[in-house]
Amino acid sequence: MDSVGASVKLDLAQTTLRKVNHFLQHELGKEPAGTVEILNPAGAHNIAVGLDAPVDVHIRGHAGYYVAGMNKRATVTIHGNAGKGVAENIMSGVVRVKGDASDGTGASGQGGLLVVEGNAASRCGISMKGCDIVVGGNVGHVSGFMAQAGHLVVCGDAGAGLGDSLYEAVIYVRGRTHGLGADAREEPLTDADRATLAELLSAAGFDYDPGAFTRIGSARTLYHWNAEHREAYG
Amino acid sequence: MCGIVGLLVKKHEHREKLGEWMTPMFTCMAARGSDSGGMAIFGASLGQRERRFSLFARDRGYDWENLKASLLRRFDGSRRETARMETRANHAVLVSSIEPATLRAWLKDAAPSLHVLSVGQAIDLYKDMGDPKEIAVRYRFAEMAGSHCVGHTRMATESDVTPVHAHPFTAGEDFCLVHNGSLSNPYMLRRTLEKRGIAFETDNDTEAACRFIEWRLAQRDTLANALHHAFRHLDGFYTLLMATADQMTLVRDQFACKPAVVAETDDYVAISSEFRSLAHLPEISTAHTFEPEPEEIYSWTVSAPR
Repeated sequence: MDSVGASVKLDLAQTTLRKVNHFLQHELGKEPAGTVEILNPAGAHNIAVGLDAPVDVHIRGHAGYYVAGMNKRATVTIHGNAGKGVAENIMSGVVRVKGDASDGTGASGQGGLLVVEGNAASRCGISMKGCDIVVGGNVGHVSGFMAQAGHLVVCGDAGAGLGDSLYEAVIYVRGRTHGLGADAREEPLTDADRATLAELLSAAGFDYDPGAFTRIGSARTLYHWNAEHREAYG
Repeated sequence: MCGIVGLLVKKHEHREKLGEWMTPMFTCMAARGSDSGGMAIFGASLGQRERRFSLFARDRGYDWENLKASLLRRFDGSRRETARMETRANHAVLVSSIEPATLRAWLKDAAPSLHVLSVGQAIDLYKDMGDPKEIAVRYRFAEMAGSHCVGHTRMATESDVTPVHAHPFTAGEDFCLVHNGSLSNPYMLRRTLEKRGIAFETDNDTEAACRFIEWRLAQRDTLANALHHAFRHLDGFYTLLMATADQMTLVRDQFACKPAVVAETDDYVAISSEFRSLAHLPEISTAHTFEPEPEEIYSWTVSAPR
């Protein structure tokens, strides 16, 4: 492992993923750990998962499934595309995908910020529980499914079934939405929404007018069992 | 799970590279399916009179010379039938002008243990049980040349694990299909097709999809129309990769929960369940890489021979 000052380079063509992840999870000091470059990711799964240190990680190329999963405190940038479940269950810190992300982006994320500069595929932000997700491009079908808390900002278009069975997460869409899911509805954009959007767009590095977004929230009709609908479950 | 892979080379000079580029894609996807593996390779089409028959024997020491000798005795050349045979372990590709129905009928009698895996002008097919990495070595996939190929690594979740249950599946001539996913109505499709006289070789769900789509093509549907029928009638999860003599076609069901990644350059179109199996390809870092949308039809055509 080539270490120069606070910068470390780890080459996945030379080192096993297990060693790279062990280094990131256990061998970084308690002080801000500087920068770690991960070379030749070659689409491998589970790169830089389970980090819990204020380290700046750059993955130079396309990553596979679950990259930066369960991230805490670290800043992880993927200079390429990411596979399924990028930053799954993110707790805090920042994860940024410079390219596109596959489905299940930020699934069940509890905190922190996840930015996808390109498009995110289906089920983006599924069951998110408090993280913020900003997608520069489009999101695929059934994004925000059962999302419980946090914000999903879509600067492009959203696929069909957006916000299906939504709880208390809020979705903002700048482009066209190809159909809302069950119990999702358009709501008026408030000043508080504009302030939230301005903050998230600025953090993500996008220069869009917050006023150009549509707010999608939960109509809350699925929160409680409705006995009048019991025939539908026969 | 299961892994699917496909590769189409756009330039004639790269046809010799097909197997070399494809084999690491295929062996990498052994991680998604390690109980069986298979590959269909499409080369230059033969003249009108001849067809390629891919034959499979369970016995790896099968006496192909003996089969060829009896074939030549039966079809003695007086009616100008031709028969050439290339063998790789328990697979053989027979190139012959004998009519498919005649050959099948003769094989049923003379070599009942053999399976005809594919028939066509351009297709060769190899598939078997076992670790896909060993399969790639046994049939020398790295040496294969051609315009396009599709492969599959299987992790069975429904029907039996046998060589004939492995993918690719074929129906008709020069048509094959590989599938990642599972169908919930294969028996309904099968009953529909059997009523129309279409025979099945296995109880596998993918075979039902393959024969359904080929049946539509035989009804003179365009591939796009055949696939729109498939979207309506196939119930379940699927990413399907198909090939004909001059096309490679990819679709995902409306849920798109079975993965697929496409990487395209000026030289090739490569498809895999996971990007990591494409990472070795030339110019991959600058390839146009995308995931197919649900119920969209993606099709690539082989460039005409020079």
